[in-house]
Amino acid sequence: MIYDLTDEQQSIIDISREIGEKKIKPIRMEYDEEEKFPWSIVEELRKADIFGVYIHPNYGGLGGGGFELVLAVEELSRFCGGIALCLAASALGTFPILLYGTPAQKKRWLPDLASGKKLGAFCITEPEAGSDATATKATAKKDGDYYILNGTKTFCSNGEAAEIYSLFFSTNPARGARGITCFVVEKGTKGFGFGKKETKMGIRASSTYELTFDNCRVHKDNLIGGEGKGLFVAQATFDCSRPGVASQALGIAQGAFDEVLAYGRIRRQFGQNILSFQSSQHMIADMATAIEAGRALLYSVTKAMDKDLLAAVEASEKSGAFVADELRKGSAKRWTKESAMVKLYCAEMAMKVTTDCVQLAGGIGYMRDFPIEKYMRDAKITQIYEGTSQIQRNEIGMTITKELAKK
Amino acid sequence: MHILTCIKQTPATDNVQIDAVTGTLKREGMAAAINPFDEYAIEEAVRIKERVGGDTKVSCLTMGPPQAEEALRDAIARGADAGFHVCGREFAGADTWATSYALFKAIEKISKEVSPVDLVICGKQTNDGDTGHIGPGLAAWLTWPNVAYVRKVEDIKSNGTGQGGTIVVHRLMEDGIDVLEMDLPAVIAVIKEINEPRVPSLKGKMAGKKAVIPRWDAAALNISLDHVGLKGSPTIVSKSFRPSMKTGGTRIEGNSPEEKARKLVEKLKELKVI
Repeated sequence: MIYDLTDEQQSIIDISREIGEKKIKPIRMEYDEEEKFPWSIVEELRKADIFGVYIHPNYGGLGGGGFELVLAVEELSRFCGGIALCLAASALGTFPILLYGTPAQKKRWLPDLASGKKLGAFCITEPEAGSDATATKATAKKDGDYYILNGTKTFCSNGEAAEIYSLFFSTNPARGARGITCFVVEKGTKGFGFGKKETKMGIRASSTYELTFDNCRVHKDNLIGGEGKGLFVAQATFDCSRPGVASQALGIAQGAFDEVLAYGRIRRQFGQNILSFQSSQHMIADMATAIEAGRALLYSVTKAMDKDLLAAVEASEKSGAFVADELRKGSAKRWTKESAMVKLYCAEMAMKVTTDCVQLAGGIGYMRDFPIEKYMRDAKITQIYEGTSQIQRNEIGMTITKELAKK
Repeated sequence: MHILTCIKQTPATDNVQIDAVTGTLKREGMAAAINPFDEYAIEEAVRIKERVGGDTKVSCLTMGPPQAEEALRDAIARGADAGFHVCGREFAGADTWATSYALFKAIEKISKEVSPVDLVICGKQTNDGDTGHIGPGLAAWLTWPNVAYVRKVEDIKSNGTGQGGTIVVHRLMEDGIDVLEMDLPAVIAVIKEINEPRVPSLKGKMAGKKAVIPRWDAAALNISLDHVGLKGSPTIVSKSFRPSMKTGGTRIEGNSPEEKARKLVEKLKELKVI
């Protein structure tokens, strides 16, 4: 398929593929096995200017949008979905600043995120607030020019490795969902610590940590988007970041498919190549079709989103207003439905495709000496984080109902 | 300092097919890339530039058909500053004599018109021709000292004029490593143990795409047509072939080296070899 890419976009794919092929492929099994954070790959991505592909040139980025990010994450995920997450999770932590940062906040944090000198992270989840983010228990209490943070956040991707964290605390527990506020907290801030490192089923090269806050003081300049605006910040972030998860899922599916085809070409049973069996061909046909459908949906949605996003980013650079507010001034459209569709479809597709790849490879597909089982383990998380597939369906269904009510 | 790497665009595989009838390399329809050994040459040049700093510049030179320009753009993406392309129908069919002569004339032109070249770095050999002649051949034309099989550039000092300075290199030999010092300007040919080539950066790729690459034919290089291409090539390739796989052989088994040695000697005596 030809997707009408610019020179920059094609270069992002070429560079990411070369990093994947030459640098990620040789180490992915070791990093998975030993649950090591991929610092060597972070260094490669830094040198290749990949961390800034979706960030404005005023902060040292390439000036692309979500589509450029998606292309890099997809290509890296073809080789390892866990390692690719160092980029995707950093972007997730960056979006709140990008969308709701003041000019001073953007100047303060975006350059280091664009160069990859510092990694970003995002965490809204708590032990008792998963899909229901409104149940946030961690608190931020105002104290003059400062806020005092207390509580625990869990399952933070890029945890410990990242330097810049976008986090959500309740500034007004009495107001529930309207009392949640987003803060940027930097690693090393007194009272901000790291708890348990999670051991996981897949994406094991990515670090997942518990974050602890014990009377952690942050200045009010670290507050993103205004007090009580936390859920708006989170929702706008998810609109932009869900295609990132979708691209991770798509890359994982494509990578597993590439591996199983390479193996299938040489594997012979009953005197013939296993790909020559019609049962195999039907599986291959279904997989290839699903992957291409996912890619078509993902690319068309992110390209359409970028049209508005890039215009809003440009307008914000001139006006100093939040990018999110410029977005609303524009076509006044939220992308919740489409971005949820993309994530839902690609995550479900990746789980199905990787499961079928293990099946098609047979016994060898189940063995850890062979990379296919890892793709299946890595695919699972895409149905869970940044909103489970069930939550995506809720979002899509709810938006359709609202649209109907307006007619 | 001005460092120049000589590169070639070759099939993007080690598995080059040979036409069984004509005995020549099949190049049609093959994906092309920078010869893998030349990637080490580019990387080493860029590393020297990063190490030495100042106004050190890395140029790349290739001879090849119009599409070989892509290899120069790729080299710029990987950190080189400029590319120069020797290109023209008259160069077709050149052997390593005619090729190194044309490259030599191009280096003369670059030294005169751009800035004097202090160091030429070549890859050990190409993955299609496999001769390893170009580096030493160039040095002969240039009358510069040269070392092949370089696995480390230990030190380099230059006054940046293309005249004077020294380079200390490690040469990998079958029985060890030679440490050699040469005067600059000089030519080295590097092996894959020297470094790990980087992946291009996005900014590099964009620079590569935008770069203006001069294209020179024989006339531009002031070369007589008798000295280029097939006409200027004294080498006659009588045959190219893929060595056939040797099968058979006897495995000497044993519990200790001594026992294996004894069995081997017995066998050789039996065959009246010794």
